[in-house]
Amino acid sequence: MKVAVYRKEHFNAAHRLNNPDWDEATNQQVFGKCNNPHFHGHNYEIIIKIVGEVDPATGYVIDLKVLGDLTKKYVLNKFDHKNLNEDTEEFKNLNPSAENIAIVIYDLLRDKIDPKFYMQIRLYETERNFVEYPV
Amino acid sequence: MVYLTRVEHFNAAHKLFNPSWTKEKNEEVFGKCANENWHGHNFELYVTLRGEPNPDTGFVFDVKRLSILINEHVIDKLDHKNLNLDVDFMKDKMCSSENLVIGIWNELKPHLPEGVQLHSLKLYETPRIFVEYFGN
Repeated sequence: MKVAVYRKEHFNAAHRLNNPDWDEATNQQVFGKCNNPHFHGHNYEIIIKIVGEVDPATGYVIDLKVLGDLTKKYVLNKFDHKNLNEDTEEFKNLNPSAENIAIVIYDLLRDKIDPKFYMQIRLYETERNFVEYPV
Repeated sequence: MVYLTRVEHFNAAHKLFNPSWTKEKNEEVFGKCANENWHGHNFELYVTLRGEPNPDTGFVFDVKRLSILINEHVIDKLDHKNLNLDVDFMKDKMCSSENLVIGIWNELKPHLPEGVQLHSLKLYETPRIFVEYFGN
């Protein structure tokens, strides 16, 4: 019997949306105020969903404390109180949109989690804007 | 007496950094908030007025009009901005939530119509950290 379990974490970061191949006017037209050269920022919330069989020995799908520790070690330590564009390897050449952040977080965590589990990342950029990967 | 609150929000970058201190001293006092390249938040602003409901409208104040005033005089200056670099009323101030809420009060108060009593501002930096200011 499969059950989905979730761990919620958060980090605060600055970013901007900008495509260096475009001129300033095009960036402004596409990304609007998100293109501010001085950056802006968000309180990001991550929800990591894990789906798997309940282990009869523990009653757990996965130890959520361990999942929380892995997320802190491999994701939050990289991104919390950072400038995603300037301070991280992952977004040196990748626009830090919510979509790309969710994909990057998935890739950072996937090989740390037993492959027998299905994993999905939900990332909130604001209370009203969120994305999910994979779908 | 009724207290009427309008909630607005803005997303911004900032850092906590005292330029008269060394980098080490800033890191000691402000920790990761001193990151040179900024970090950011989804700020939530609660604006509370107080007054008696008008007998003709039932309103303490037209809350739509309040929203327009907050957006015009506060949110437009802060949303998707760098609080240290882009905001005239935070120039040369430490960019803490405490100073920001005082700055917002000083920006908004003069634009409220006469007779409207601004009771308090509450500013959330994160869901777990907020400051309140009552104008004194």
